[in-house]
Amino acid sequence: MRNPQLNKNGELTHLLSIEGLPKGILESILNTADSFASVGEREVKKVPLLRGKSVFNLFFENSTRTRTTFEIAAKRLSADVINLNINASSASKGESLLDTIDNLSAMQADMFVVRHAQSGAPYLIAQHLNNLGVEHIHVVNAGDGRHAHPTQGLLDMYTIRHYKKDFSNLTVAIVGDILHSRVARSDIHALTTLGVPEVRVIGPRTLLPAHIEQMGVRVFHDMAEGLKGVDVVIMLRLQSERMKGALLPSAQEFYKSYGLTPDKLARAKGDAIVMHPGPMNRGVEIDSTVADGGQAVILPQVTFGIAVRMAVMSITAGN
Amino acid sequence: MLIPDAEVLCESLRRQIAPVVSPATVMIGVHTGGAWIAAKLHRALGLTTPLGLLDISFYRDDFARVGLNPQVKKSAIPIDIENAEILLIDDVLYTGRTVRAAMNELFDYGRPKKIDLAVLVDRGGRELPVAARFTGETLILEAHQSLNLAQDASGQLSFQLVEKKDRT
Amino acid sequence: MNIAILNGRVVDPASALDRQADLFIVGEKIAAIGARPDGFTAEQTIDAKGLVVAPGLVDLCARLREPGNEFKNALATEMHAAVAGGITSLVCPPDTDPVLDEPGLVEMLRYRAKNLRGPRVFPAGALTIGLQGARLTEMAELRSHGCVAFSHADAPLIDTQVLYRALQYASTFDYPVILRPEDAHLAGDGVAHEGQIAARLGLSVIPIEAETIGLLRILELVRMTRARVHIARLSCARSIDLMRAAKSEGLPVTCDVAVHHAHLTEMDIGFFDARCRVVPPFRAQADRTAIRAGLADGTIDAICSDHAPVDDDSKQLPFGEAEPGVTSVELLLPLTLKWALEEGVELARALALITSRAAGVFGLSGGKLSVGGNADLVLFSADEYWRVSPESLTSQGKNTPFVGYELQGRVHHTLVAGTVVAGSRSASAAP
Repeated sequence: MRNPQLNKNGELTHLLSIEGLPKGILESILNTADSFASVGEREVKKVPLLRGKSVFNLFFENSTRTRTTFEIAAKRLSADVINLNINASSASKGESLLDTIDNLSAMQADMFVVRHAQSGAPYLIAQHLNNLGVEHIHVVNAGDGRHAHPTQGLLDMYTIRHYKKDFSNLTVAIVGDILHSRVARSDIHALTTLGVPEVRVIGPRTLLPAHIEQMGVRVFHDMAEGLKGVDVVIMLRLQSERMKGALLPSAQEFYKSYGLTPDKLARAKGDAIVMHPGPMNRGVEIDSTVADGGQAVILPQVTFGIAVRMAVMSITAGN
Repeated sequence: MLIPDAEVLCESLRRQIAPVVSPATVMIGVHTGGAWIAAKLHRALGLTTPLGLLDISFYRDDFARVGLNPQVKKSAIPIDIENAEILLIDDVLYTGRTVRAAMNELFDYGRPKKIDLAVLVDRGGRELPVAARFTGETLILEAHQSLNLAQDASGQLSFQLVEKKDRT
Repeated sequence: MNIAILNGRVVDPASALDRQADLFIVGEKIAAIGARPDGFTAEQTIDAKGLVVAPGLVDLCARLREPGNEFKNALATEMHAAVAGGITSLVCPPDTDPVLDEPGLVEMLRYRAKNLRGPRVFPAGALTIGLQGARLTEMAELRSHGCVAFSHADAPLIDTQVLYRALQYASTFDYPVILRPEDAHLAGDGVAHEGQIAARLGLSVIPIEAETIGLLRILELVRMTRARVHIARLSCARSIDLMRAAKSEGLPVTCDVAVHHAHLTEMDIGFFDARCRVVPPFRAQADRTAIRAGLADGTIDAICSDHAPVDDDSKQLPFGEAEPGVTSVELLLPLTLKWALEEGVELARALALITSRAAGVFGLSGGKLSVGGNADLVLFSADEYWRVSPESLTSQGKNTPFVGYELQGRVHHTLVAGTVVAGSRSASAAP
């Protein structure tokens, strides 16, 4: 079966997941993002690449932050951006996902940026367009269920490369709720593809999916041990609803075991960087001293995110 | 056809440009060939303003047809170009589309006072109303031919004539 | 009508018959196998040269979507699809809309089915009212209206006390009960096997233990009540082991698997292919291997189609939102043959799982060829290939992960009660 995010020439035409993308494509996205980063420093922060194109931000699940960065990225590429918060419109009227897509396609859409609570929803859309033979509409996954958040994964890689230059001698730890995290899955695929020799996941057994080690990671349950000697710490957001079931006793207890505090961070290398996809829960997964400290690169991540999304949009739109 | 000697043409350009440069001149090379030539001329002319580099990939008018150049480089304009006198350097002037893209990009950095264009070769075939102020050599090529500039390890520039098969 | 079926390879697993023979039908019954009966004149002759003549297939789980989808003419189409697949008897689970929990509904279904050309339809009544898992249905009443068993379909039966009482009550009258083992809380909102694919795709999971814990609960209750329980649609290796042990202990239990579970695994989900959204989920390679071994060694009593016609609107959704189920009545035979061929199981033994042994689970009359017995037959070519496509399927459900497969085993004629109800080639009438 052909990877549905590649066209028949093997070029990236949709970005659905980092899994299955060759290293060359990931590097080319990061390099292109580098060029876009310099655009952000200019007097006019826009380039005309997507002039006249219509980018639809289809957010079936709310996320002001991600939607905003995609909107800025699209606007800096001179595209027209239409934001649709589908929770509030058609889904409640019973229109199916693919009917919505067909309708927006009829409005001459050129790109769908899709956020959906169900894993795989952007695949369904891309395959639907592929089946219809529609080649001029591109799909970018802005986060689907627990599956993938590829632009976040790429901006994390951009951030790591920016500070660490080279992937080939790094140890990276991803900490917290791996089970429900699309960011963790995308980061793991990206890190292993780019040649990071050791990727660790750290969390309680209730928040680690079974068979996670088959994705090429080392599993730790003890944070102090897991952080020993790492170059990069990626903290994940812990959703408050996780406390409702039997996954965790309380946020306080989670913080004690897995919250990133200065003393736990001291186990990592002295020049280790601390990342977080946001929004942060201070005092739950990360201590304010760390979040605001000299090792945190959380705000640069946001800035890099725009350049990375510009790169993804312009590369897919051009293929 | 005799393939022009790039080094000779560089020297010719230097001689043409030398009388008109001023301390306000900002030299900007178009990636990749133009950037090589600009680096040579910048040194040879002893310009004191920093050298700029433009990669016009984000401004190409054929994006919809050919997509984004995967090797896109950072544009680097290390000086405020508001009111600057810009000397834009490229290797071969053909349709004029690259120059249009370069000028569009430059205006996103600021409003220069003036832009001049210098090219090693003007091969004719213009599709836009663009002319170079300084030209190393003018010659006529067939549509299926292209003149590619290369730089060797020692920094020597040379032209190669490439016959394209399918595309016109 | 008098029908002569000549030159076929007659295979009857029940009587270990497998030889070249003629078969003669008088009215609704088989009149003779072998020699032409005295005075028999054929009104219709079917040349079965190169074909297998076997008992019509018995499917222990096929949804006809009635009551509930009368407006789509579902019953007629799905019955037609069943006979196109060679099925002459089928048990339909009670998870209809409304649920088959009242005699009137059962009677209406049987009445409507009887007036359509198709297989014999044996409804399974609901074990609890509305499949709500709280109050018992009127089993004796339902039984007298034709329910062959009582089932909880895929609805959760959380209260163990209710399940215990239901089995006690059913065992009082020796009614068979059909249960699909699953711990509802462990299964939760899971949509995929707890394995590497779900971990990678970020799908919520149904662990193997959801099935084995559910199965152990049932087996303990069977030990208490001695109720006759048919365990439906097992999916994991460990469950097959538990069944093997339960049977050797002498518990009155039988079990089946859905035919697709003998072939597919979690890997087939690929890029979120909702056609692979089934209940229970496709498991790991080792589970598939154990199912195939359990079929070969007899631990598993029957293969069912678990037919569930799902329309595109309900299937073309993100994996987790897609309605589970595949169209399958027309694939029961070829997929059973595919397993047999790959495992080197002889034809009669393979057919037993979809004929005599399946019928034996609920004591149905079909599934065998006997002189004086019902002339329910399927005539198929065992080695003819056909390509599965939406167009090649009669069912209203076109969703199956086997679309595009070239499968061996093509049904030529299906006869129910001596009448040809499906046939790809018209039978030649005798002069």
